[in-house]
Amino acid sequence: MLKTEQMVLNMGPQHPSTHGVLRLELELDGEVINNVTPHIGYLHRCFEKHCEAMTYPQIIPYVDRMDYLAAMYNEFGFALTIERLMDIQVPERVEFIRVIIGELQRIASHLVAVGTYGLDIGAFTPFLYCFRDREKILTLFEMTCGARLLYNYIWVGGLSHDLHPDFIRYTKEFIDYFKPNLKELNDLLTYNKIFIDRTANIGILPLETAINYGVTGPNLRASGFKWDLRRDDPYSIYDRFEFEIPVGQGWYGTIGDCWDRYYIRILEMEESLKIIEQAIEQIPDGDISSAIPKRVKPPEGQIYTRVENPRGELGYFIISKGQLQPHRVKVRAPSFVSLSIMNELCKGHLVADVVAILGSIDIVLGEIDR
Amino acid sequence: MRDYFKNIFNALFTIFIGMKITFKHLFVPAVTIQYPEEKPNLPERTRNRLYVNMDDCIGCDQCARACPVNCITIETVKSVPPEDLGKTSNGKKKMLHVTQFDIDFAKCCYCQLCVFPCPTECIYMTDIYEFAEIRRDNLIYSFVTLTKEEIAEKKDNFTKFEAEKAAKAAKAKTAQAKNSEINK
Amino acid sequence: MIYEFLYNIIGSHIIASIISAVFPLMFLVPFALFAVYLERKVSGHMQDRLGPMRVGWHGWLQTVADIIKLVQKEDITASATDKKLFNFAPVLVFAGSYAAFAAIPFTSIYIGSNIDLGILYIVAVSSFVVAGILMAGWASNNKYSLLGAMRSAAQIISYEIPTVLVILSIIVISGTLNLMTLSEQQSSSIYNWMIFGGAVVGWKKFVLIPFLMIGFLVIYISSLAEVNRTPFDIPEAESELVSGYHTEYSGMKFAMFFLAEYANMFAVSAVVVALFLGGYQSPFGYIGNSIGLVWLIPFEQFFWFAAKGIFFVFVQMWLRWTLPRLRVDQLMVVCWKYLIPISFVNLVIIALIMVL
Repeated sequence: MLKTEQMVLNMGPQHPSTHGVLRLELELDGEVINNVTPHIGYLHRCFEKHCEAMTYPQIIPYVDRMDYLAAMYNEFGFALTIERLMDIQVPERVEFIRVIIGELQRIASHLVAVGTYGLDIGAFTPFLYCFRDREKILTLFEMTCGARLLYNYIWVGGLSHDLHPDFIRYTKEFIDYFKPNLKELNDLLTYNKIFIDRTANIGILPLETAINYGVTGPNLRASGFKWDLRRDDPYSIYDRFEFEIPVGQGWYGTIGDCWDRYYIRILEMEESLKIIEQAIEQIPDGDISSAIPKRVKPPEGQIYTRVENPRGELGYFIISKGQLQPHRVKVRAPSFVSLSIMNELCKGHLVADVVAILGSIDIVLGEIDR
Repeated sequence: MRDYFKNIFNALFTIFIGMKITFKHLFVPAVTIQYPEEKPNLPERTRNRLYVNMDDCIGCDQCARACPVNCITIETVKSVPPEDLGKTSNGKKKMLHVTQFDIDFAKCCYCQLCVFPCPTECIYMTDIYEFAEIRRDNLIYSFVTLTKEEIAEKKDNFTKFEAEKAAKAAKAKTAQAKNSEINK
Repeated sequence: MIYEFLYNIIGSHIIASIISAVFPLMFLVPFALFAVYLERKVSGHMQDRLGPMRVGWHGWLQTVADIIKLVQKEDITASATDKKLFNFAPVLVFAGSYAAFAAIPFTSIYIGSNIDLGILYIVAVSSFVVAGILMAGWASNNKYSLLGAMRSAAQIISYEIPTVLVILSIIVISGTLNLMTLSEQQSSSIYNWMIFGGAVVGWKKFVLIPFLMIGFLVIYISSLAEVNRTPFDIPEAESELVSGYHTEYSGMKFAMFFLAEYANMFAVSAVVVALFLGGYQSPFGYIGNSIGLVWLIPFEQFFWFAAKGIFFVFVQMWLRWTLPRLRVDQLMVVCWKYLIPISFVNLVIIALIMVL
């Protein structure tokens, strides 16, 4: 009898195609995968401990740096948490601006996800098209608050600057520019037969498993369940806008495969464009800094708030003892949970599929390791 | 059998559509900016290197306290009574000599939190982003306008003034004690 | 041909044959430099960016700078490798691609060696490349290189079968294996090119056209797989797990692999052009003929040949920057379940038509 043994292969921390410093330990039987163990911690920066020594406004630049591809949403969640703890009611204009900026950030984050996924599969051109479109969004952000990637814009009780006078006009131009580009991206990558063959029926995530692990965001919606925090646990003013929640339907394979997860992100970008259009119509005037407190000193208590990050449910749990600094800040990162399903998804597939699966669950190591 | 031919047809059709898109993009002008010759237009609120206008600084330490990474170091010395330091550009009276105002740009995270608390708006972000250095020590920028001798002189003045004040207070106390003794 | 011409001038067999053999090399090396530059510029403009712009005007000296850099790099040899095989592998890969140029007709008076087995010789000699790749993978003493080399060998060997079947169907029509004669048969106008039915008379020509077009597509796709270009570039893909059979090479040996790849690209495009698109024939008469300067004709033919070859190299690059990569088992499925049956049926039908 032939003696076969398992080979342990290391997809090391420095890897050309994923998404941060992540080490995946694969146990292979020939070409078929038996077990995948992710090793994380290469990007740990002691965020939660460090928060205990800083005042609340000083934490906001640090919060940006967790999920650096969707920084506005991190700040949004944090500011929302403190405002709920302190019972601050922000002006209408601030709410509208936060929604517009948040949805623009969602489009930017999904562009990175889609572009790098194409790069992993081997198509080099859509990556550059996505980044070219993302540059336009980053220019909008730079016009508003001065920075392109890490903003420090959404403060507790309001915003740091009001919108630039040209912002609305440039955003409308961006929406008109982006819609045909999205269609072009679909023609180039999404419906390409080779891409479909590489990603359909790979990495199928059954709904039961997804709920058991606690996966949220586009990964859960691609498995067929209509759950979106902007609809089911509304925060800010999302209940005033009309938008649909795309759900995976197994268009080219089974429900919950890699193609579904990828396509959900494309559909979500279209929905975000709808929200931005509606918000631009309805935005009122007002003063954005009227509700910003002089000193952020929440009363004693603890609170957990969750928002819908482009990657899932981002939760903040803050214990405050009435000081200027928090007593404990705990972040529930969506990518951390999404990474834990790698083992389930990769069983029985070939080595070449690991890259495809890892790209489709869209993780950011900054969020996982904090 | 039908699937077989449908597969072939689908593959060829989507490949040709993809090729048409990339071919069209051959004739789209490039979006690259040739960097050292053409520079990007930065917007007005852009956040790059900080600048401190020492004429307006009153040494209140608000910016150093607001900084999340502690990159600003400020040391001040009280001015002795006959000296008049003047006023800042928006009318505040300056009471302190600022003897050390260092910003370590290697630590600065360009978050702009120091700009907002300043009462005289003397610290603000410029649009200079080309200040790379070879040694990390060269990134500690010192903004004080006094020379070393002037700083030493101001500190001396202050210690002398304090010493005089303490001596005067001690003399007044002993005089008072003597007075109370005499009056007793 | 050129060989006799040089022999008459110089009088020595050896020198004449050396010079005659070096002609393709003089074409090939500048072509490889040009092809690398073309690839970077084409990929840049397709992606809305500029490509190399600094070295020379619009970057045309970039490849020269790269070659200088590669030449002066340290030649790192890992200690546990099989040194003889390790050093010999790039030579074999390059020799395999270069030797194919001996039987390709550049003009009507120049061909490296006018053997009657032209096409068969080319197919046979390009299998050297497989041996070279396997040697490179094995001698690197790196299990990922070995895996990549095995995959590449399987890919090249499987895709030779559709190539040969399509070549057989061309031979059925033209009756000769010699590429020079094939090019001569497609002379005098674009209507006579093989892809439009060849120099066949009567109703057979029109019936043949769709099958020849299918044959052209099949041979073009298999030639993409022969040279390891996307969508079949598993062996040299960097974002997959294995980094390919040329990971352990550095410096000049790596440059040989790269040169060999671009030489191979041109070789297979040249074969496709010679078989289907009339080789060096121009689509509409020769200027030399109409002016009366007959010695101008070979240069014109060379120009047409190079232009058609470069056009197909451009199409190969175009495909690379558009399409994602196929997985190894899908690659094999495409070959064995789609290309081979199609080319086989094609061959049978063409043979039937010619017989009738």
